[in-house]
Amino acid sequence: MIRFILWRLLQAIPVIFIVITATFFLVRSAPGGPFDSEKAVLPEVKRALEAQYKLDLPLHEQYVAYLTDLSQGDLGPSFKYPGRSVNEILGSGLPVTAELGLYALSFALFIGVLAGVFAALKPNTRQDYIPMGLAMIGICMPSFLLGPLLVLVFGIYLDWLPIAGWGDLPGDKILPSITLGSAYAAYIARLSRAGMLEILSQDYIRTARAKGLPEWQVVTQHALRGGLIPVIAFLGPAFAGLLAGSFVVETIFQIPGLGRFYVQAAFNRDYTMILGTTVFLSTLIVFFNLISDVIAAWLNPRLRAQFKGGA
Amino acid sequence: MRFFRLVILACAVSGTIVACGSGESNVESGNRLGYLHYGNGAEPQGLDPHVVTGVPENHIVRALFEGLAVKNPKTLEPEPGVAERWDISDDGTVYTFHLNPQARWSNGETMTASDYVWSWHRALHPDTGSLYAYMLYPVVNAEAYSKREITDFDAVGVKALDDQTLQVTLNAPTPYFLQLMDHYSTFAVHPETVLTHGKMTDRFTPWTRVGSIVSNGPFTLEEWSLNRRIIIKKSEHYWDRENVSLNGVYFYPTENVVSEERMFRAEQLHYTQVVPLDKIPDYRSQDKSPYIQAPYLGTYYYLINTDRPPVDDVLVRRALSYALDRDTLTRTVLQNTAIPAYSITPPDTLGYNPPKLFDYDPEKARALLAEAGYPNGEGWPGLEITYNTQEAHRKIAVAVQQMWKRELNIDITISNQEWKVYLNSVSQREFQVARRGWIGDYVDANNFLDLFITDGGNNNTGYANDIYDDIILNLAPKAKTREERYALFYKAESMMMDEMPIIPIYTYTSKHLIHPSVEGIYPNLMDSLNLKYVTLHPERRLNSEIN
Repeated sequence: MIRFILWRLLQAIPVIFIVITATFFLVRSAPGGPFDSEKAVLPEVKRALEAQYKLDLPLHEQYVAYLTDLSQGDLGPSFKYPGRSVNEILGSGLPVTAELGLYALSFALFIGVLAGVFAALKPNTRQDYIPMGLAMIGICMPSFLLGPLLVLVFGIYLDWLPIAGWGDLPGDKILPSITLGSAYAAYIARLSRAGMLEILSQDYIRTARAKGLPEWQVVTQHALRGGLIPVIAFLGPAFAGLLAGSFVVETIFQIPGLGRFYVQAAFNRDYTMILGTTVFLSTLIVFFNLISDVIAAWLNPRLRAQFKGGA
Repeated sequence: MRFFRLVILACAVSGTIVACGSGESNVESGNRLGYLHYGNGAEPQGLDPHVVTGVPENHIVRALFEGLAVKNPKTLEPEPGVAERWDISDDGTVYTFHLNPQARWSNGETMTASDYVWSWHRALHPDTGSLYAYMLYPVVNAEAYSKREITDFDAVGVKALDDQTLQVTLNAPTPYFLQLMDHYSTFAVHPETVLTHGKMTDRFTPWTRVGSIVSNGPFTLEEWSLNRRIIIKKSEHYWDRENVSLNGVYFYPTENVVSEERMFRAEQLHYTQVVPLDKIPDYRSQDKSPYIQAPYLGTYYYLINTDRPPVDDVLVRRALSYALDRDTLTRTVLQNTAIPAYSITPPDTLGYNPPKLFDYDPEKARALLAEAGYPNGEGWPGLEITYNTQEAHRKIAVAVQQMWKRELNIDITISNQEWKVYLNSVSQREFQVARRGWIGDYVDANNFLDLFITDGGNNNTGYANDIYDDIILNLAPKAKTREERYALFYKAESMMMDEMPIIPIYTYTSKHLIHPSVEGIYPNLMDSLNLKYVTLHPERRLNSEIN
């Protein structure tokens, strides 16, 4: 198992290096620069700005300088927010986005697993069609539609919940978490239904039932562990996706997370910010994929036996 | 099964964030505590007056700092700020500012004239890279210093005669000079604070952070949570603190205009930066509507690249302009939120009214197009309108496309570009017709007319006219009277509009939702707000019949 993890970590290094290099040169090849604005910038001002950000150096020197700083954990100063470093901006946005992602994922797991198991117990009946139909709608409905709908119903008409902010007013974390989590809940519902259906047709389940165990015990004690393996495998990429993909929800609900900075950085040609967030998020994605692979392997007795055998 | 229990536990965590009703709204608590909740449009880039540019920054910086003179919130006329009075020499070139002896920095220190000399040195120093350094160019040698043509700052026309007296010498009489004193790029910063965190010209230092920043305005910085909110509170040392009613202000980075409007409806905001176009009719139809609209010092227009056919021909440019029904456009597409424009300077810019050389006249437009060699659009080589990706610009471009097709029978293509790509295309002049907007930095026609001097950084049209340049750069600044100056502007603007390097479309308006409990925010041409004058009246409630 340790060799497996080490091998995967080694594989990640060139992946991240390629991401850095490609992003570095791609952002600089995009038309328009960080200091372009609607009001013309005087040439002498532009020169002063470029010198302060080392943009007056040849491209390869900028690249080497960036890698040198990066190796020391320094992602550089933001172009858009003078006086703030990219590290600082990531540091302020990440806890919020991570918290949002965690709530969204918890919501998705709770609703998704419940609906999936429920549907798998009586396949091809109304008990299956209704939750799966809802799941399909959940997958299809974009957050920029669901968010405003929830806001209108629960925030404006019923006036139960605040409609924007994060930690400012009681209950203001509920609507964004549901909005962000619902598409994942739907996906998890479908995954757990498929996983459960496969497991419920296995011989050992039939044995458990033949032994006279009540159905709920069959499900919770025997079927669930195997049935949820596809869900576990999905959780790593899902969490990484939640971190990187929260832009729309953060914008709708005025949440001070990472997503807004990430997308705005591209529009602003904030080179260091684009690079910083890309490097950071790609590292996270690699990391979460690794974790979910490890957990899936641990949950699957056949794979676990392979590792013990030294694969 | 342990795993299943874990899942349940995880879900229980999310379940703990239970719905419990939204309780007291921001507006209610704000009215009770004397705090204004203000939708500010975006996260400010920073709070250093010599580094930042932009509207969201302006609102906060002008609450934290104060200029030598400030604008009256109703009339925009200059009134005392840090300077309690000023003398202007007979020839209009020497301003002597007498600082208010009570003017204090937020750490309690007295403000001095030398703080201004130091601050203007910083603002003009080429290494600082202030995008608004040109605001001080009317001062003797300021431009030369900023462009490194001279290196001795003593040669620049700003002197501290004593602690309380600042003398500023200008190149020429500049009628709008006092207005510039209320622009953040000319504000004083506290020298010791800046130097504690780095060199005078450093852009990156954290001197503007909570706990470090020393400012001189009616408010001080209390909290700055990135992309969440900025809180300012009433300053203890401000010279006129008796007249400051608010205890503080919350600024929210309300980037999403739809969310901002919903926040207003849910009473999470007292004030919105903008109003979504489709909500305006609803708000307008209300009694005691919170919707406030006022003319704004800005023009929306189409830039023309006068070197590219077919718009290199002035007859074609005129035909396009005559064929545009601005009244219909502003009434329908823009829902009466804009004023048709026929020139670059907005109407009634400090008493100056621009020429109107043309109107909607399809007959004349067709005749001009025929004269240019395209009778009824025959032989038309095509024309492309470039705009930056935004729904509002697209709607206008589509309307213009249809009008030109209908009146002139010519085919127009429209092309959107991402913001920075569009900026690049415009500055490289890789366009035929491009959308453009200009918002005035100060209320004076000069701020619009100097856009079109030959090779000016914002010209981008290829328009070049020596006589025009001479009027704007030499004759108008030396005009003895306001009438003479305006007559010169009128002549120059008529000359320029006759050549039509731009097609004016509309004059902007400012649009806000203001909670009825807020008083002291007055509509004006600059959309200028002085939070010092704002008061809250909790007894006035929002009429909530909006759908």
